[in-house]
Amino acid sequence: MKTFFAARMERCIGCQSCSLACARLVHKRLSWYTAGIRIGSSGGISTGFEARVCLACDPPPCAAACPTGSLTPRKEDGGVKQDRKLCIRCGKCVKACPVNAIVQDELNNPYMCIHCGRCVSFCPHNCLELAEKGQAGFVQEVAE
Amino acid sequence: MIRDDFRILLVDLSIRKAHIVDLPGRETYIGGSGLAAMLFEKYGDTAAPWDDPNQPLIFAIGPLTGYFPLMSKTVCGFLSPYHGQYAESHAGGRSALALRFADMDALVIVGKANVPCVLSVGSRHMEIKNAPFLWGKDVFTTGKMLRHMLPGSGHRSILRIGPAGENGCAYACINVDTYRHFGRLGSGSVMGSKNLKAIALVGDASFPLPEGKDYAKCFHEIYDQLTETSMMSKYHDLGTAGNVAALDGLKSLPWRNLQATSDPERIDGISGEKFAKDMLLRNTACSGCPVGCIHIGYLREKFMADNRYLYRQVAYDYEPIFALGSMLGFGDGFKVLGLMDAVEREGLDCMSSGVALAWATEAVEKGLITEAETLVPLAFGEAEGYKAAIRHLGAATNEFYRLLAQGTLVAAKRYQGEDFACVLGQEMAGYATGETFFVSESLSFRHSHLDSSAYSADQKKQEKDAGMIVSGFVKDEASRCVLTSVVGCLFARGVYTEDRLKAALASLGLQNVADNLAAAGEAIQKLRWRLRLRSGCDPMSSKIPKRYTEVVTWKGPIDTAYMEELRQAYATRLLELGREEGA
Repeated sequence: MKTFFAARMERCIGCQSCSLACARLVHKRLSWYTAGIRIGSSGGISTGFEARVCLACDPPPCAAACPTGSLTPRKEDGGVKQDRKLCIRCGKCVKACPVNAIVQDELNNPYMCIHCGRCVSFCPHNCLELAEKGQAGFVQEVAE
Repeated sequence: MIRDDFRILLVDLSIRKAHIVDLPGRETYIGGSGLAAMLFEKYGDTAAPWDDPNQPLIFAIGPLTGYFPLMSKTVCGFLSPYHGQYAESHAGGRSALALRFADMDALVIVGKANVPCVLSVGSRHMEIKNAPFLWGKDVFTTGKMLRHMLPGSGHRSILRIGPAGENGCAYACINVDTYRHFGRLGSGSVMGSKNLKAIALVGDASFPLPEGKDYAKCFHEIYDQLTETSMMSKYHDLGTAGNVAALDGLKSLPWRNLQATSDPERIDGISGEKFAKDMLLRNTACSGCPVGCIHIGYLREKFMADNRYLYRQVAYDYEPIFALGSMLGFGDGFKVLGLMDAVEREGLDCMSSGVALAWATEAVEKGLITEAETLVPLAFGEAEGYKAAIRHLGAATNEFYRLLAQGTLVAAKRYQGEDFACVLGQEMAGYATGETFFVSESLSFRHSHLDSSAYSADQKKQEKDAGMIVSGFVKDEASRCVLTSVVGCLFARGVYTEDRLKAALASLGLQNVADNLAAAGEAIQKLRWRLRLRSGCDPMSSKIPKRYTEVVTWKGPIDTAYMEELRQAYATRLLELGREEGA
């Protein structure tokens, strides 16, 4: 199944349109932080940008750590589905994520990428991609 | 979060306390420019000097900040060390969204810390850290150290000053997130006078979206305009640097302290095309802006034998290429990048620095000053002397540099040479386009090419009708007041028409602000001019130096009688705009 990849982050300009889109469209929030993808500099803005985002672990350790079944593995290809109603905001998923891709807001609600790809079209430099696992990053535009 | 009232964080550095103040006034003052002026009227003292500890340093955003693309600017309001009057400077980077997500419409800083310090604020914290060890450090070193000292990496904005701001330079800037600036009129020295080396704005809150479907619809319409039409392409393609060759072709690019307006031999070495082809490393963007107009140039320098190199990344734009390039006689873009880097390090405004050094170079040529004053040889096209001079300017090493750091005209008065000081209210922007621009920049509120479309009007044939031109200046300013109050990037002024701004405000539930938009623009404009006049501005006494009467553009020589007629007409109109209510 299709999975989200921050495939070409070397092109990123740090506009954070993806984070804002994820927060707005998926989580119904105005935020650049409580989103499934977060953009930060990799040590100062002169060093370029990196994405904090789910890498689609298979099996996902966050789902294994979730005590209430709010997070469950997707059918295939890694990553998780989230049922917010079941979440008790314990934060175990945050600790379990090996790449710091899950954040909690001030009320401890967790936010993670659910591989829906709604942010992809907001990236002006095509850094982001929704693709079959193993297929991301092969599309390359030809610069004039 | 959008509220009817303004939510202000007022920090007093003297007592190291802050409190939240809720103030009404959204309908009339909107935010940004309007809010900054409103707050300056409340907390500032137009009769006291700029470095009085009680004077406020204000950073304000607007109701659309963060909610819509390119609503990505912050307005800084302060009493300027350059002319002692109320002033505004604008910057982007992450500052605007950081303030939004720190949940404040404005940050107001008053008082003076007893030792150099760093202020960090967010939606759930306020902290003042002593940092005497940062005092004297350049902008780059300060930035590197702050990254480890402050919370909120990735979702914060860091504002910092360099030596120029510590030493009271009248055109010290505030560096924002490395590549952006509150550049003009000396806000950096206001920070320095408060013993405030840096500010971290931590955007750590998130908010519910407005209810209903209007917001999503409005957002997508605007986003599509910005990204799927060609309206913004010039800004991310060559960027503003694309104008360098165009202005030279129109005989409107100032060269060697405006002794010429075109240089066919050198222009190809500093054109936007040349920068893009040989120096452009990458682009970056302000938060919330998919355009990505910030162009970062790459400079590789051999610093030691045996092939030891270092590299620098330097943001370039039209204005720094003019001020540190053509104005200083350079036809080599790499050398210009080197000077931009040196200016950045000191925390100086690049435009004022370049124009001031261009004046100094001509003063050397004319024998008015010598190396006894300049300490290093200054000659057009010679980079090493300028690099050393920039260091002296930031450090205010001797009397000459102390005076030059107070403004070109201050030095020109002391050493003679006012006739060829390229000052239009402040050191000029890079448009030797003609009478309209010279008058506009001399008198307009920010002394900026962005106060009106004058430089663009000069590039077309126009009637010499002073009354009509002045009406245009005033109308232009009022409409720009609206955009800089919501607060949008002026590059987006083609997309954010009045109707779109109204729809955007209404979608956030601010129908009352939308309904009052044009009246608010005029009210903000008048308040700004009242503050300006109260703080000592006398438009009638403004002078346009002799050099501007000697300029030859594509239209031919300057019509000095018309220029003076236009100057007087605009000055008269500004006195009306700034008249006290009821007077």
